[in-house]
Amino acid sequence: MKINNTLTIIKKEFTRFFSDRSMVFTTVIMPGLLIYIIYSLMGDNMSESNFTVEATEPTTVYVENLPPSILPLFDSIPMNIVTHDIVSEDIMKQLGDKENNIAYMIFPENFDSLVANYVPASETLAPNIKIFYNSVNDGSSMTYHMLDGALNAYEDSYCNRFDVNRYDDADSPSFDQSDESEVISNVLSQLIPMLLLMLLFSGCMAVGPASIAGEKERGTIATLLVTPMKRSQLALGKIISLSVFATLSGLSSFIGIILSLPKMFHADELNMDTNLYSASEYILLLLVLLSTVLVLISVISNLSAIAKDVKQASTINIPVSLMMIVVGMMPMIMGGATENPTLYLIPFYNSVMAMTAVMAHEATVLTLVLTICSNLVYAGLGAWILTKLFDSEKVMFGK
Amino acid sequence: MEEILRVEGLCKTFTLSKKQQKIERTKSKQKVAVDNLTFTANRGEIFGLLGPNGAGKTTTLRMLATLIKPDKGDAWVDGCSIVAQPEKVRAKIGFLTSELKLEDFFTPNYLFDFFSNLHQVDPSVMAERKKSMFERFGIDKFAEVKVKDLSTGMKQKVSLVISLVHNPDIIIFDEPTNGLDVLTARTVTDYLQELRAEGKTIILSTHIFSLVEKLCDRVGIIINGKLTHCDTLQAICDGLSLEDRFFEIYKENEDLTI
Repeated sequence: MKINNTLTIIKKEFTRFFSDRSMVFTTVIMPGLLIYIIYSLMGDNMSESNFTVEATEPTTVYVENLPPSILPLFDSIPMNIVTHDIVSEDIMKQLGDKENNIAYMIFPENFDSLVANYVPASETLAPNIKIFYNSVNDGSSMTYHMLDGALNAYEDSYCNRFDVNRYDDADSPSFDQSDESEVISNVLSQLIPMLLLMLLFSGCMAVGPASIAGEKERGTIATLLVTPMKRSQLALGKIISLSVFATLSGLSSFIGIILSLPKMFHADELNMDTNLYSASEYILLLLVLLSTVLVLISVISNLSAIAKDVKQASTINIPVSLMMIVVGMMPMIMGGATENPTLYLIPFYNSVMAMTAVMAHEATVLTLVLTICSNLVYAGLGAWILTKLFDSEKVMFGK
Repeated sequence: MEEILRVEGLCKTFTLSKKQQKIERTKSKQKVAVDNLTFTANRGEIFGLLGPNGAGKTTTLRMLATLIKPDKGDAWVDGCSIVAQPEKVRAKIGFLTSELKLEDFFTPNYLFDFFSNLHQVDPSVMAERKKSMFERFGIDKFAEVKVKDLSTGMKQKVSLVISLVHNPDIIIFDEPTNGLDVLTARTVTDYLQELRAEGKTIILSTHIFSLVEKLCDRVGIIINGKLTHCDTLQAICDGLSLEDRFFEIYKENEDLTI
């Protein structure tokens, strides 16, 4: 009888959820789709702004005291050099306007001889080249960086005695001996757990308050409470079904992230391997996710049961969302997962750390078992509290 | 007659919030809603709790339905205690009040099956009962229409049918005709009489004299949480109309302070 009633509640919640196309779309399909679109667009945008040079008019660079020896350095830089009739004040005024694609370079007089006679060990300052530019103007900024790069390279070559890490030919091995996938895993392990936790929280918030506080608000929960069903069966049925919906929402977001990552990192352009994790690591991640959803949904369900309506439930849950952000940032702050097993007993923190460890290929059996088991205990405790709340006339019928 | 409900010394006090204190125009933080209520109901009778608004009728019925717990006292529904065996009590009663709402996303058909399952009704019995109840109340044509798309009267009929899916022996109705249109109200009162004829016990609360006169075999008059009279209509009225007799009783007990 116990299982029957819990199953009846689960079936009803499933029917309610999956029969409502708009709810399925907004909770399950839309998060993943939006993440995929947004991250892909972000990747494209980053690609355009960081890796490609927009075709703009060549920058006009006013140069004072241009030494002829330097001129060949600038051959490869698309710019128009002006060396005559320079009025410093006028140019500086023009530079203040972001619309003007210009730069202003001042060499010391007799630059070549100054450089030739300069003794690095002496206490006198080295000859200084000044380049004024406007960083808001793309052309001006880009030209500055190219000039800076060319001049620094020239400076290096001037007293070049040896090289460090020079690639002599295309077949030279990489000097960075770290595994490329490890580098990516390390980045992902600090970034993804926070995203996942936030997405799971959003998934839980999409279904939790509406199912508990919403039923209270509409008066439909009282209709359930006058049936012979035990309060614990109602609590269990609600928590299990809501966890499934929240997990689906979280999975949708997760798939959205995984599919959009290659686009975000331009994996195809950089010949990057995106198969970073094994099937067993994905399963471990899923187990941690499921146990986390159970804890999260039990917390949100309890807070929603206390609330009078959905609006109040959303407000009460705001501190939980802030907590999720702080806890989610822990791997970034700490630079990875903790190795202290006792810390894997702290709810939410343990989930983030366990996810970080799995994604950095550093998970241990002990920490994973501690995380999953403690989460199940917390979820059980949450279900017990929810049972008590369903049994409390003050909470259920208080005005 | 066989006793099916026994209420003994039932008490319930509510703590008032400041807002409620203002509404109730009282400085007291406590309100005694039900004070030492004792009565019985027999199988196959309609027992009415008559009283003005705020007298404690709804609180009494909600305690009997195990939605709220008494502070003191107990009641036994067909031998089961509302304090010690709430699940068993809920299996034996059908409870209907305007407070209880149906999820408007579902159809009457789905809701009937859902609540039948929660009451552990045998599937073959459930199908037969659904057919007869839906036909009886004209719900059969709207069985697959979502509750939100039904008329108010039809919604109330569906609520009535859903509260009786398990064919309970005791039916508790809080203000059964409150807010109903005349046609639905007539359907409900006719059905209550049918249920009595089938040997069901009905406990109802109301402040409508005509309803009591039409339906009730015995009446309990409740004023300020206290049961002042409990007897047959004839015995209470003593030749007067119920309305006149009620106002006499009310005047006699006006000084009832809690």
